[in-house]
Amino acid sequence: MKRLVFLIPVLAFAVMAIWFAQGLDRDPRYIPSMLINQPAPEFNLQPIDGRDEAFTSRDLKGEVSMVNIFGSWCASCEIEHPVLMSIAREGVAPIYGLDWKDRPGAGAQWLMARGDPYAKIGDDAEGRVAIDFGVTGAPETFVVDKEGRVRHKHVGPISEDDWRNVLKPMIEDLKSAPPSY
Amino acid sequence: MTAEIGQILLIFAGLAALFQGVFPFLGASLRDAALMRAARRAAVAQFALVLGAFCALAYAHATSDFSVRNVFENSHTAKPFIYKLTGVWGNHEGSMLLWSLILAAFGAAAALFGRQSALAARALGVQGLIAVAFVAFIVFTSNPFLRLFPQPADGQDLNPLLQDPGLAVHPPFLYLGYVGFSMTFAFAVAGLISGRIDEAWARETRPWAIAAWVFLTIGIALGSWWAYYELGWGGFWAWDPVENASFMPWLAGTALIHSIRALEVRGAFRAWTALLAILSFSLSLIGTFLVRSGVLTSVHAFATDPARGLFILFILGGFIGGALALFAVRGPNLRSSTGFEPVSREGGLLANNMIMVAACATVFIGTFYPLFIDVATGERLSVGAPYFNAVFPPFMAAALAILSPAASLAWKKGSVKDAMRRLAPAAATAAAIATLAAWFAWPKSVAAALGIGLAVWAGAGAISDLAVRVRLFERYAGARLANLPRSYVAMIIGHVGFAIVAIGVIGAGALKSETIVYAREGDTVSVGGFDARLLSVTEARGPNYESEISAFEVSRGGKLLSTLHAERRFYPVRGMQTTEAAIASDLTGDLYLTIGDYNVERGWVVRAWRHPLTIWMWIGAGLIALGGTIGVIGERRRAPVRRAGAAEAISA
Amino acid sequence: MRRLLISVLSTVSWAALAVQPDERLADPALEARAREISREIRCVVCQSENIDDSNAPLARDLRLLVRERLAAGDSNEAVLDYLVARYGDYVLLKPRLKMNTIMLWVAPLFVAAAAAAGALLALRGAKNRNLPAPALTEEERDALKRLD
Repeated sequence: MKRLVFLIPVLAFAVMAIWFAQGLDRDPRYIPSMLINQPAPEFNLQPIDGRDEAFTSRDLKGEVSMVNIFGSWCASCEIEHPVLMSIAREGVAPIYGLDWKDRPGAGAQWLMARGDPYAKIGDDAEGRVAIDFGVTGAPETFVVDKEGRVRHKHVGPISEDDWRNVLKPMIEDLKSAPPSY
Repeated sequence: MTAEIGQILLIFAGLAALFQGVFPFLGASLRDAALMRAARRAAVAQFALVLGAFCALAYAHATSDFSVRNVFENSHTAKPFIYKLTGVWGNHEGSMLLWSLILAAFGAAAALFGRQSALAARALGVQGLIAVAFVAFIVFTSNPFLRLFPQPADGQDLNPLLQDPGLAVHPPFLYLGYVGFSMTFAFAVAGLISGRIDEAWARETRPWAIAAWVFLTIGIALGSWWAYYELGWGGFWAWDPVENASFMPWLAGTALIHSIRALEVRGAFRAWTALLAILSFSLSLIGTFLVRSGVLTSVHAFATDPARGLFILFILGGFIGGALALFAVRGPNLRSSTGFEPVSREGGLLANNMIMVAACATVFIGTFYPLFIDVATGERLSVGAPYFNAVFPPFMAAALAILSPAASLAWKKGSVKDAMRRLAPAAATAAAIATLAAWFAWPKSVAAALGIGLAVWAGAGAISDLAVRVRLFERYAGARLANLPRSYVAMIIGHVGFAIVAIGVIGAGALKSETIVYAREGDTVSVGGFDARLLSVTEARGPNYESEISAFEVSRGGKLLSTLHAERRFYPVRGMQTTEAAIASDLTGDLYLTIGDYNVERGWVVRAWRHPLTIWMWIGAGLIALGGTIGVIGERRRAPVRRAGAAEAISA
Repeated sequence: MRRLLISVLSTVSWAALAVQPDERLADPALEARAREISREIRCVVCQSENIDDSNAPLARDLRLLVRERLAAGDSNEAVLDYLVARYGDYVLLKPRLKMNTIMLWVAPLFVAAAAAAGALLALRGAKNRNLPAPALTEEERDALKRLD
């Protein structure tokens, strides 16, 4: 009996080592989205400078779309921008923009210099809508289905690969899926 | 050329470590003194070689040799020279090299100045094997000597937060502690191999244990102190995973130094002490894993690199798993033949051990829980300061409560009555001060008052025991004081230090007050009975930063005290801003001022805190370190004082 | 000019000191609750700070949000629920008692109990073992002397 007690430390360590080993695969900074399969949050945003259509949650119902969080201050958005432009040209699904925490006019200016891939853009200077989306950084992109439910969250810039291998197939699936009630 | 020299020296150091690792075991088994001598020489050689490699890296940093990638990534021509040097260990690769250097230094010290026994030889061997593992880790995954081509014009600059005296010395002390525990680990493994963990083993190992623990205490205190004055809000402990990584070995180490004392004096706790020695170093290694593998996020995290993490995991598995397996096999043979009554010094030490180990386990579970849950269920959750602040204090309260009674009990069979007689004055003092504290702290925190009462009970109890022992109010008390055994003096000072730290932590942690306002020149900010009038804000320029310096005139109750300067610095290369708080300290507490953003309409953001009793934390930590140092320097029986009437021998 | 530069840069850098005076609520009781809650909320873009201490812009947004909810009459729990609905349990620095955190909260008690049990067993063993220590052999006494 006493000998068994002496085995406890090494066994406990073995269990922990296995746990640690598996932990190496995880990225502790990645937070899963709470919105997956939930309806997108309700919102009603004024357009940014140079646009005149408001961007509201009603826009997300009726067709599959993407919501892209960006800002003129965001370096990675710069990297993502050309990919968004080519996605917009393909016309598979509209991209709506959320101009996050930008000073008035800054977002419009940024887009004017680089091109505008967005169907509509909402001005979220206060950041409240982004919080409702559970945004923790830019860029982030949400895929929203026809019923206005969030189906996928993409953290970080979208690359050509991401579009071709993950997002585009997902959107096409969602487009052809029968409406569910 | 320097980097290549450093690289070669490091590789040879690894070879020397290999000899150091293998020869002693051969030598001890074959009883070949020549082999054991060769091992000692290898240890000294290893130290010289690692030192050379370290100097090579330091030279590259000192001369801003940006062709060396490590220098490029972590330095800049505009960095002040002293911080170029301390920047050598302010990054992952360099800090691993420092680890290796200290490891080699301890090995060499043991080889040159330690006893030349079979036990010491085997311990040196284990040290050598650890050194091989770490040198391999550096050479294969974290090489500081890699070159960049073409050579960049300038570096990427070190984080301005790291350009600081406190933070420069904090890692070396921590590593001295971690590596010190590698020595006790080595002795434990050596002892388990030879099957002897006894009084003689304890006598040889104890100095290393205490030394490691003292270094770790200083390292942790420096880190806390740095956080306190640098981060801008007077926080000194955030239960961040990497802070916990240094605290867990400290808790286990505290248990170890107490347990090893019982082993040394009475032959008790043989297996348990061996286990603690293994655990202390294991926790140091696990701490290393935390910082460098990326399994947990932390403000401290050096490198989030799973490849490195895997290498370290293998090191962990090899050494910890190996040592614990050895313990499983050899441990049951370690029988303490002596017994003791529950109420005795041994019993008290056992209680201390249980509390420290339980506290350590609690911190461990809290720190790794997010990881365990993530692997088990994929869910993400956080365990932060609010959790630890809720579950940890009760353990410390228990420790403070039993501290002086336990230390006052006799070995083998103690008398509660006797102890209580010695401690009665302390109990009265504690009750009085607790009541006073409760009155001051009302209604903010009655728990704080209780905590202070317990801390006073612990500290006053130690002093009370001392006073009774030297019969303070009788003649020749001074002589008896001077003749006290060093181990006793060390204990008293260490315990008083611990109590004082507790008082400081409670005061600064639970009893602070804060004011945040806009202020213009001429306005006064008030907090905790102090008034600070903003005199001026001027711009200035430093070696690699721009700053705004504010001057405050501080008074209390109308009486002018001093002028304080709080600063805000901007470092252009990193685009970072730091606050340099103005702190006025005295024994009652600190006044802590910072200056923030400027609002054109309202003025500057000024934040002022009153942190009561803060300085006691640092004084207490210093006392703990002092006590430990006295404990290491060794016991020498004092000759009885040749004076009529005072010639009673003091027994240990 | 430099002052302007520093102010402008500090609004976009992560360096503005945490809670700003203009964030605070007028009602001291509500403000105290806001500070208390803020210390339990993780800044999701920082490494492991709470939103009360953090300099990040998102932390400031969350601080304002907390105060807004409190001013709207939410209880402390409701404010935390609001944030958990958006960011998950990850955002709570003090884990709530749920199925997956029972172990965490019970652990300290369990550990303390295990330690106490271990101590009691050890004490019983020691008491029964109160034998006289075996005398050192001649060899051992010499070895000990050599160590001195």
